[in-house]
Amino acid sequence: MRLIYTWVCILITVAAAAAGDVFLALAMRRIGDLGELGRRQGFAAVVVRVLSSGAFLSGIAFMAIAFFSNLVGLSWADLSLMGPATASLTFIVNALGAKYFLGEDVDGRRWVATVFVCAGVLLVARS
Amino acid sequence: MTLRKYLVILSVVIFSPIGDAFLARGMKQTGAIDVHHLLHVFAAVADPWVVLGIASLIAGMASYMTALSFADLTYVLPATALGYVNMVLIAHLWLGERISLVRWAGITLIAMGVGVVARGPSRTGDTGPAASASATREEGQ
Repeated sequence: MRLIYTWVCILITVAAAAAGDVFLALAMRRIGDLGELGRRQGFAAVVVRVLSSGAFLSGIAFMAIAFFSNLVGLSWADLSLMGPATASLTFIVNALGAKYFLGEDVDGRRWVATVFVCAGVLLVARS
Repeated sequence: MTLRKYLVILSVVIFSPIGDAFLARGMKQTGAIDVHHLLHVFAAVADPWVVLGIASLIAGMASYMTALSFADLTYVLPATALGYVNMVLIAHLWLGERISLVRWAGITLIAMGVGVVARGPSRTGDTGPAASASATREEGQ
C-alpha cells in the first residue's frame, strides 16, 4: 500500500514540476529576451516585469506543490527511489509539455537529447 | 545563439552546482538535523557557506530564467543538465566524495545528450513579436 502512495506522490511531483517548468518557460517566452529588455528599460524593470507575470507566479506555485509532494514522498520512501524517479520522469513530461503547450518543435534530435539526459540522470541520482 | 547567450547558459551550469556544493559544505559543518527538531534547520542560515550557497543558487535561477527568455525549454533543460556533471565533479574534487563507475557512466550519457541538443536550433515555434524581432536582428549580425 505504501508503495502505491509513494508512486502517487512521485506522479504528483513529476506533474507539478513539469507544469511549473512549462509555466516559467511560457512566462519568459511572453516577456521576451531579458537582455534586450534590460538594455532598453533597466534592471529594475526586468525584475518587476517577471515578478508581475501571472504565468511566472503560477509556475512558482506549481514548483511549491512539487517541493512539498516530494517532501511527503521522502517521508515514505528512500531518496534513492524518489530522486532518480522524479528527476528523470520530469525530463520526459517536460518535453511533452513543451511540445503541446508551448508549441516547441521537439524533433528527433531533441528527443534523443532528452532520453540521453534522462538516462544519465537516472544513473547519477541512483545512489 | 550569440556569445552572450552561451555565457548565460554557462552561468546556469556553474552557479547552480556551486550553490549546492556550498550548501553541502555548510550543512556538513552544521551537522545532522534531528528529525524531532526540524526547525533547527533555520539556524543553518547563519552559516557563511549556506549564505554563499543561497546567493549562488539565486544567481543560477536568474540565469535559468534569462536562458528561457531566449531559448526553448527543450533546449535549456538538456543543455543545463551539464550542471549535474559539474555537481558530481565538484563533489569529487572539493568535497572528496567517492564517485562510482555507474555515476561516471551517467555523466557521460548527460554530456552526450547536451552535445546532441546544442547542435540544433535554440528557439522554435510561435515566438511572439518581441522574440521574432530579436531573432531577425540576430540573423542580420
